[in-house]
Order: sequence, then structure tokens, then C-alpha cells
Amino acid sequence: MTALLRVEGLTAGYGGVPVLHDVDLAVPEGTICAVLGANGAGKTTLLRTLSGMVRPDRGRILLDGSDLRGLPVEQLIRRGLAHVPEGRGVIDELTVEENLWLGGLFRADRRALRGPLREAYELFPALYARRRHAGHQLSGGERQMLALARALVAKPRLMLLDEPSLGLAPLVVAQIMALLRRLRDDGGLTVLLVEQNVRSALSVADSAVVMAQGRVVAADSAGALVGDDALRHAYLGF
Amino acid sequence: MDRFVFLTVYGLSRGAIYAAFALALVLIFRATRVVNFAQGVLAVVSAYLAYSVSGATGSYWLGFGAALVSGLVLGAVVERVVMRRVEHAPPLNAVIVALGLVLLTQGILGMIYGNQYRAFPAPFSTVAMTVHGVPLMTRYDLFVFGTVLVLMLALAVLFTRTATGLRMRAAAFAPQVSRLLGVNVGRMLTLGWALAALVGAVAGMLIIPTGLGLHPTAMDLVFVSSFTAAVVGGLDSPIGAVVGGLVVGLVLSYVGGYLNSASTPLAVLALLVVVLLARPGGLFSASTARRV
Ligand SMILES: Nc1ncnc2c1ncn2[C@@H]1O[C@H](COP(=O)(O)OP(=O)(O)OP(=O)(O)O)[C@@H](O)[C@H]1O
Ligand SMILES: [Mg+2]
Repeated sequence: MTALLRVEGLTAGYGGVPVLHDVDLAVPEGTICAVLGANGAGKTTLLRTLSGMVRPDRGRILLDGSDLRGLPVEQLIRRGLAHVPEGRGVIDELTVEENLWLGGLFRADRRALRGPLREAYELFPALYARRRHAGHQLSGGERQMLALARALVAKPRLMLLDEPSLGLAPLVVAQIMALLRRLRDDGGLTVLLVEQNVRSALSVADSAVVMAQGRVVAADSAGALVGDDALRHAYLGF
Repeated sequence: MDRFVFLTVYGLSRGAIYAAFALALVLIFRATRVVNFAQGVLAVVSAYLAYSVSGATGSYWLGFGAALVSGLVLGAVVERVVMRRVEHAPPLNAVIVALGLVLLTQGILGMIYGNQYRAFPAPFSTVAMTVHGVPLMTRYDLFVFGTVLVLMLALAVLFTRTATGLRMRAAAFAPQVSRLLGVNVGRMLTLGWALAALVGAVAGMLIIPTGLGLHPTAMDLVFVSSFTAAVVGGLDSPIGAVVGGLVVGLVLSYVGGYLNSASTPLAVLALLVVVLLARPGGLFSASTARRV
């Protein structure tokens, strides 16, 4: 299997202060890779660097072999990379439907997006019922669904998800994980999944990396990480 | 009563222009959190250009067209060349830069055209038509209402019905997220400034023939009135700006009509102070709603 995403020696930070140190990562196409680690480990910074919001000081970011560094943020979605940011990034002032439209506008006009929107509503019927509501009127779970649905309308090859389970009830978290599994198995979607909820993440992930203080301290298959008691105690706290 | 009707129509006509000008301020404020203090002088530049084109061609409408085009171009250029440099600086920097632009531009206009008031003809009669012997409104008022209405409808369609409008709103509300979704936020900002300056130019073309005439400072008082209107509306609400514009137009018309016309500039400032003291967030503020 070839890696859809390959990160080599990535060093990045804010205002000259490095947060990520020499990060290596490889995510094969059609798999889910979990990124685990304590608060402040640099997980969000890693995603922000991959999507161009933080400029790397050193290293390479290869998507399907071509380097993404230096591309403006708005170009990355055109390369097939969708980033659902921490806090989900639903635009409060726009309606549910406008948020979804915006997700696909870079590749098709409104008319051509009717199909993808219908698919999104089939996946998340709750969004259809609320399609004329403004983003700020949604519940936390609905917001997460909208953020996911909007990223799917873009038909990305690689999805970066930053803590999709944050603040959601266990049942909703389980639904989201099941959906990710389905998208991978049926749609061949590749996902880089940042999670604090280690058990949920490892239940769907194929592989995982553990980060601490901006470094990757462990990288293995999800099964092997679950079985590694010492690592679990040291970094994952269970 | 007749006088009241006349003053009301007059106030609404002026108010419609303030509404358009306030809307232009809101367009920029919503996207950048900056009050474009240079908007008045940009409109004046467009009006001078229209004056020159009309003078050379003998056609008011060619001049009007030139004002529209120059509004678009000026807005885009000012954003690209000047405002982009202070985009990430504290808002005060943008205010200072805009004020600098005002002084510079007024100076240049004075050098080119001189500092005397120039008669700027209206394309329609400014003599009131009478209904049953009661003066009601002028043909020019009708032109003003029609133009502002068309302008507002066009903007409403653009922002709520088109892909570009959706991108512009998204870029204004959530620039970071919009970029992740593929929106070229920089281009949307330029487009927003261009549109705002176009609307400002139209407002300038509508109001200058009704006042003292064309002068480098012709829009200064209009700016204050429209800024007041925008503040009444909450600075980031398009509907608030329109309502605010009409309210300011009416208040100034009644003050000028029932007290005396010399007091209207004072009335504008008084209104601004009252609004800022009573409802600093404006009457239609979306940001207060969000803050809760
Ligand atoms: N905008 C910023 N400017 C400066 N430093 C930042 C910024 N964002 C994050 N940092 C710092 O970078 C480090 C990593 O933060 P990051 O948000 O990537 O961690 P995280 O693993 O996502 O944490 P969490 O699990 O709490 O979301 C922290 O020390 C943080 O203080
Ligand atoms: Mg984080």
C-alpha cells in the first residue's frame, strides 16, 4: 500500500518558537490514522501545518507524492485535503444549507451540488430538518454533523479531523466513529483523526501515532498500541 | 400638515442616499472591522471624474457610468495597495491610514480642480411636483428612490442568491474557515471594497447635485450622517444601515424644516452622540446577539 499522506521531518511553530519537532508520519490510502496525545502535545498544530494555516520551518508534506508546502490554504481543498478544525468551524451566520454549499463551491456550481447535498442529507437526516436554520441555532452534535457533512460535500481524498468527539454524548460519538468506518470501507476515504477520546479513536483506527511535546513518541498499528501497556500508561492514561 | 408631508418625503429621499452610503460602510466593516473613513472622499473622486466626463461628452449618463466604473476600480485599488498593508495591524492603524488618504486626496483634488464649489447638474427637475396644490416630491426624488431601490435589490440578490455572494459573506464572517473551504478571502475583500466604493460613488452622485455642489469636502457631512445611520443600525447589519439611513434622513429633514437649516450639521453630531451613548451596539447589532 502506498501512503497517501507522507510527512517527513516536519518542524513548525508559532512566531519562530517551534512546537512540532521533526515529525514523521505515513497514512496509507483508505485507512484511518489516529493522532493521540495529551493537551498541548501539538496535535492541532500538526493539522494546521498540514492544511497550510501554519507555515513549516522544515520538512516535507507529501500528498500522493506531491509536496503541499507553500501552497495557499485555499488551494489545499483543490488537492483533495479537507480540514475540519477544532471547534468544528461551522459558520454561525450562514444557514445549514449555505454551509454545505460552500463546502463544494470550489469544485462545482450550485446546480451541480444538488446531488452531493442530497447525499449529505441522507447521511444526516437531522441536518435536512434544519437546513434553513442558522449555524448558531444548532446543537453541538448537529454542528459536528454539519462540519463532517460539509467536508464530505468537498469529496476529499484525505480528511483531517480535529477532535470530532469533543463535548458529544457517547452515543453520538459512537455514531460518528461508525460513520468514519463506513466512509473508509465503502468510499476509500483516508482520515487523520486527532482525538482525546483514545478508546473511540482506536476502535476505528488502523494505525495511530502518539505525540508528546511536539514529537511523535510512538507509531504503530492501532491493535499493537492498545496492547502496549507501558505506552498506554505513560502517554494515554488508561 | 402639507409641510409635514413634504418634509417626510424629502427626509426619506435624503435618507435613502444615507442608507446607501451607510450600507457601503457596513459592507466593509462587516468584512474587516474597519470603518472606512475614506469612503466619502473616494465618492468625491468618482464625482469629479463624472464631472469631467460629462463636461467633455455633454452627457450626464456617460458621467454617471464613469462614476460607477471608477468607484469599482478605486475601491479595489485602495484595498489592494493601501488597506491590505494594515489588515493585520490594530484597527486604529487602518483609521489613521484612511484619514491620511482623505487629506491627501482632498489636497490633490484641490490642486487639479481648485477649491471652489462647482455646479453639478441634476439629470431631472428638482422642482417639487404638486398634488392638489400641495408640493410633494421632485422628479429627482423619484430618481433617487428608484436608483437606491435598484441598488439595494441588486446587492440583496448578489449576497443571498449567488455563489460569489455566499463566498463574500463567508469570507467576512469566518475568514479562516472559508480559506479551508477553498474561498480566496483576499479576492473577496478586494471585491467587497470595490462594491462598497461603487455604492459610495452612486450615493455621491445622488447627493452632490442636491447640495452646494462639487467640492473636495462635499461628502464630509454626508459621511457623518451616514456613519450615524450605520451606527444606529449596529455597523454590521445591512438592514440596520438602511433603516438607520431613513431615520437619520427624516430627523435631519424635520430639524431643518421646523427649526432652521443652519442647525442640521449640529443635529447630525447630536444624533451621533446620543446613539453612541444610548445604544453603542446599535439597534440592529448582530454582534450583541452573538455576545450573549
Ligand atoms: N496560535 C498559537 N500561538 C502560539 N502558540 C500556540 C498557538 N496555538 C498553540 N500554541 C502552543 O503550541 C503547543 C501545542 O498546541 P496544540 O494546540 O497544537 O496542542 P493540542 O495537542 O492540539 O492540544 P489540545 O489537546 O489541548 O487541543 C501548546 O504549547 C500551545 O500553547
Ligand atoms: Mg488541539
